[in-house]
Amino acid sequence: MPILEIRDLSLRFGGVTALAGLSMEVCHGELLALIGPNGAGKTSVLNCVSGLYRAQKGTIDLKGRDGASHALHRLAPHRIAALGVARTFQNIELFKHMTVLENLMLGRHVHMRGGVLSGGFYVGRQRRAEIEHRRAVEEIIDFMNLEPLRSAEVGNLAYGNQRLVEMGRALALDPLILLLDEPTAGMNAEEKESMARFILDVQEERGVTVVVIDHDIDVIMDISDRVVVLDFGRKIAEGAPDEVRNDPAVIDAYLGHAREERAAVGAGT
Amino acid sequence: MSLECGVFHTRYESDMGLRPRPVQRIRLAFFATFVLLFPFVAGPYWLDLANQIAIATVGAIGLNILVGYTGQISLGQGAFMAIGAYTAGLLTLNAGLPWGVSIALACVVTSLAGTFFGLPSLRLKGLYLAIATLAAQEIVEWGMTHWTAVTGGTEAIVLPAPSLFGVRLNSSFAFYWFGVLMAAGTALFAANLFRTRMGRAFVAVRDQDIAASVIGVNIFRTKLLAFATSSFFVGLAGAMIAYYRTIITWERFTLETSIVYLAMIIVGGLGSIRGSFFGAVLITLLPALITNAGRALQDTAPVVANLLPYAQQAVFGIVIILFLVFEPKGLSKLWGNVKDYFHVWPFAYRRG
Repeated sequence: MPILEIRDLSLRFGGVTALAGLSMEVCHGELLALIGPNGAGKTSVLNCVSGLYRAQKGTIDLKGRDGASHALHRLAPHRIAALGVARTFQNIELFKHMTVLENLMLGRHVHMRGGVLSGGFYVGRQRRAEIEHRRAVEEIIDFMNLEPLRSAEVGNLAYGNQRLVEMGRALALDPLILLLDEPTAGMNAEEKESMARFILDVQEERGVTVVVIDHDIDVIMDISDRVVVLDFGRKIAEGAPDEVRNDPAVIDAYLGHAREERAAVGAGT
Repeated sequence: MSLECGVFHTRYESDMGLRPRPVQRIRLAFFATFVLLFPFVAGPYWLDLANQIAIATVGAIGLNILVGYTGQISLGQGAFMAIGAYTAGLLTLNAGLPWGVSIALACVVTSLAGTFFGLPSLRLKGLYLAIATLAAQEIVEWGMTHWTAVTGGTEAIVLPAPSLFGVRLNSSFAFYWFGVLMAAGTALFAANLFRTRMGRAFVAVRDQDIAASVIGVNIFRTKLLAFATSSFFVGLAGAMIAYYRTIITWERFTLETSIVYLAMIIVGGLGSIRGSFFGAVLITLLPALITNAGRALQDTAPVVANLLPYAQQAVFGIVIILFLVFEPKGLSKLWGNVKDYFHVWPFAYRRG
């Protein structure tokens, strides 16, 4: 059963079409990979889902924790986050001058209460909330093995660790669905492997639905339950990793459109 | 924050304290003792400077909440202080409210005005926002000097001296206690704010606003709250000036005031409460020190002494440039370096 339903999504920037009537579904509890050549519209999909872009046409519906359907295409990013949609970015977007702990505490923002006054006076309720959520954050720190970095300023961390912190921050939101934009970009083989392991743990142990974009086909094929392939803002293939791998349309999209005509002749269409 | 040998926290609460380490508490105790003893040994001249520092600390922390912590550049500090000062003064003069009530209301009014002038921040960033707040400054300055029926125009407004239990509060000695109380209260409030939810949201908006929105921070609301919180304290600083001097004139709240306050938080340290205090101390003392140096040199080197008053602005500018070049994180960072050095002294194995 789908937790996220995208229908006929169209997004244009001036004359450039990023998404052209895209429809896809994400099922509850699955690990879905979103792949495609550069400029296929993968990140645009994530940006639409998390509310950073507003599509000109189409709908995005999330089945929330309350069982009701929420029209994400009408909501602001912070409202979408409150519904349990968390994400990471292709170019790590952390709060660089804050510590790892503070970054993760921000992940708890939607679950906490408290404004300027209760914070400034640090009254009983706020104090208790801070401590209680610190406990939740420490669990994430434990889960991601970030203990030694807890009080380090994020801007000073190594690249691979920043990726982990960003994922930790998204996890601190206690998400229903986690969107990962190229979580292994710029990593070496070893780091990629450990990141892949984390992603699987997130899905299996914490029961989070995951949508991941990545260019590393090996990683994608290893960990994903289902793959959706985009090209030019359209879905060109969908299915289990093995089915997709051999799909002529996918091979064609990846090998380039110079071969389009020959492929079309070869496939007899 | 670095760990200290031999300090173990077994509960999150103690780890999350404002002064989690014994050394910090001892330092604070020393400072508090100094502050409490100071007025008994200092003469009226130094007491007056201390009072100016207390007021500037409140104003600088207020500005730092907006500029340093939330990343919204404001050139409207003078305007907001003016709103605080005039509101406090006029409420007492025209409505006959007691000074304490007037000051509290002035803070609230300034907070609202700040929120209003913060509206452009929803669309504008950086330099563009700076220009928008400059407009606020100009509008308020024009209002002060031209809305004669209310503000008295370019004429000064004279307030009755504030008194508490029959003690006149605008004497240097009496005001000192009020000033210290307000400055300490502001510092404590800000320190608490930035270790809790909303304060973190302020900083998140400064560091990376898109990521902040995706993690669930309502950016518009947060920015406006930052303007409101900041202006509240800036208004307090303005109201304090009004009651300390018991005279309100528009010259105190010009664009130059805005720039002096920006200099304070840059020299002191953006996004730092202790830096706001350091900046307030340095920028308040600098002109006084130059003047004193001039007097001291009057007999030995009259040529230099005569030049010094003119050099004041230049020295002011040079100090800011030197800080921007050599320590953009300000006095707060320098103080941190000193602490780090002694932290492991004499075994300096840790990279500072």
